[in-house]
Amino acid sequence: MFSRDNFVCSKKSCKSDYNIALAGNPNVGKSTIFNALTGLKQHTGNWTGKTVECSSGKTKIKGKYFEITDLPGTYSMVSFSEEENVARNFLAENKIDCTVIVIDSNVIERNLSFALQVLSLQKNAILCLNLCDEAEKNGISIDTDELSLNLGIPVVCTCATKKRGLDELKNKIFEICIGNIKCFRVERNFENIDVLNINDYKAASHKFASLSKRICNQCVYKGSKEKLSKLDKILTSKSTGIPIMLLLFAILFWITAIGANYPSQWLSYLFEILKEQLTKLFDFLSITPFVTGILIDGVYTTLAWVVSVMLPPMAIFFPLFSLIEDSGYLPRIAFNLDKFFSKCGAHGKQSLTMAMGLGCNACGVTGCRIIESPQERKIAILTNNFMPCNGRFPTLIALIMMFFAGSSFGLISSIEVAGILLLIIVVCVLLTLVISKFLSRTFAKGEPSGFALELPPYRKPQIIKTLVRSFIDRTLFVLARAVAVAAPAGAIIWLTANIYIGDVSILQYCTEFLDPFGKFIGLDGVILMAFILGFPANETVIPIIIMSYMANGTLVDFSSYKELLELFSANGWTFVTAICMMIMCVLHYPCSTTCLTIKKETGSLKTTLLSMIIPTVIGIFLCMLVANTARIL
Amino acid sequence: MICVQEEITLDVLPLGKSAKVVNIDCNSNLINRIYDLGITQNSLIKAAFKSPFGDPIAYLVKDTLIALRKKDCKSIIVDPI
Repeated sequence: MFSRDNFVCSKKSCKSDYNIALAGNPNVGKSTIFNALTGLKQHTGNWTGKTVECSSGKTKIKGKYFEITDLPGTYSMVSFSEEENVARNFLAENKIDCTVIVIDSNVIERNLSFALQVLSLQKNAILCLNLCDEAEKNGISIDTDELSLNLGIPVVCTCATKKRGLDELKNKIFEICIGNIKCFRVERNFENIDVLNINDYKAASHKFASLSKRICNQCVYKGSKEKLSKLDKILTSKSTGIPIMLLLFAILFWITAIGANYPSQWLSYLFEILKEQLTKLFDFLSITPFVTGILIDGVYTTLAWVVSVMLPPMAIFFPLFSLIEDSGYLPRIAFNLDKFFSKCGAHGKQSLTMAMGLGCNACGVTGCRIIESPQERKIAILTNNFMPCNGRFPTLIALIMMFFAGSSFGLISSIEVAGILLLIIVVCVLLTLVISKFLSRTFAKGEPSGFALELPPYRKPQIIKTLVRSFIDRTLFVLARAVAVAAPAGAIIWLTANIYIGDVSILQYCTEFLDPFGKFIGLDGVILMAFILGFPANETVIPIIIMSYMANGTLVDFSSYKELLELFSANGWTFVTAICMMIMCVLHYPCSTTCLTIKKETGSLKTTLLSMIIPTVIGIFLCMLVANTARIL
Repeated sequence: MICVQEEITLDVLPLGKSAKVVNIDCNSNLINRIYDLGITQNSLIKAAFKSPFGDPIAYLVKDTLIALRKKDCKSIIVDPI
């Protein structure tokens, strides 16, 4: 979900003896197989479109090196959406020694159509019947020998989460690559079919569908089990569907708010002690005030803030969220809310990309590849920024804690915080819908494409594994961001605050210049400056504000929200400032990484600029409205 | 007793009922995706459940649940069983 590399699949020119590709329908467990084969930690989730890019890794089998590429899940070899394009081009253009076609044993008939499509492009392949333990439970038994004969390739049963069948899979890959096992082409499977000819796709898919049905009749024995889950009766029903969804998010926010408070306090306390010691050490070594300033007041303070305030909520929220992802609930959210998106000329899958945007807008924008029609995809890309990401979400939490939760943090106030957060997210979603409607009438006009989304079966997540994995990943992600972006930002801000032209620092020049306008929209020059300097990373907005205020002479050390509140109040913050700040936090231009991603994904400078202008204009307008209404009252 | 079933569009197929797909005439953006999801001529489809606001509807096709909008279902003709 959060990896941004590997935008384009290209075969790397490193030394590997053989090239292997993993292909398959979405959500059949390709990434899990990939992780098991390579020992890498690709994110997985129980929904279509989790992986939209290729990733590759290496493995060694019997002394030979194999380069394994995990392709995005695709429903066909003819590309109708971006991520399918990626997969198809990879299979068509690279020399691949063996393609592992991963299929879900539970839905073997439909998956076989896809397998046949791949086989019409690639001769050397292995059919990997994944999730076979689940299929057994569902009363499905598969005659693998018969299947293998029908397809002309080896068939392996696996259960990747339990690491079953993987050794056999590795063996078969090896044997095929060195030529010990010969795959043969079953000609009747492909007579008169050119799967890449898009105009004849109806005939091709019809042919493959009837073929796979025939093969299934020979090789698959099904018990007569009703496959509908009782959960869907509750989670998507008219009366309980939406309330449960809201409640679920409320609980998620509540756990985040209550759980993050204590580690936050401990961390800032720890950083405070460390700061004292560092200052003493710097004094002892008689380091010049300039260096001490830039390192301790600049770099260290910013780092300390980002880590102690940003890390705990993120390290709690995302592991819990990934449990929801693994369970298969996310597509149900898209299903539940599609009617609204449909009314606004947008695609129901946009809720999936919005959920990704909560983690990181750049990833959300990349995730928009799952939306087939160009204009609906454009809408989803342009509005992704309305979901407060990883870098802004904790800022919101901090503001709510300071201004709305009261001084003592107990059960009641934690519920308040969760409630306000939920409200903010609901408002964000509503805004997204309104703007989507606006866009569908103006900048992204076009025939709506229609909606067809697979709802995967609910699966019990591997709770401990998912939690630990996601916790570590999230922690590393935030820490890496802190070091890579927050630390240099801290240094630069300290410099602007401490390099004087005449009697006034550069920072002061800027903030004073911005102050009148800032005041007019309920903020001040410092806050506006912070948003401008925070362009590379939204995490740094609050530390910039703190540093500017402290540089302006108010020497308060902050180690808790209470002291921070004092600092802010001393600089003229009120309730209204906090509200305007939250509005601006959600509604301003996306961070630089996201902007670059938008440019990359759309290839259009106009769209990128639009994605910056729309939220900023709305944000300024709303702030103005709030501030001036408050003034009148 | 002879019961003659008429061909209907998919959106009016009652929940819990199965039908055989007769013809698909969705817009070009969607039609190939619908084939890929296993909805092809002569395949079986069963209306499973509705979303909270009545649209889209989830259908059971080849052991998978596929959500489709009513508007698109109007272009799929089925023969109830």
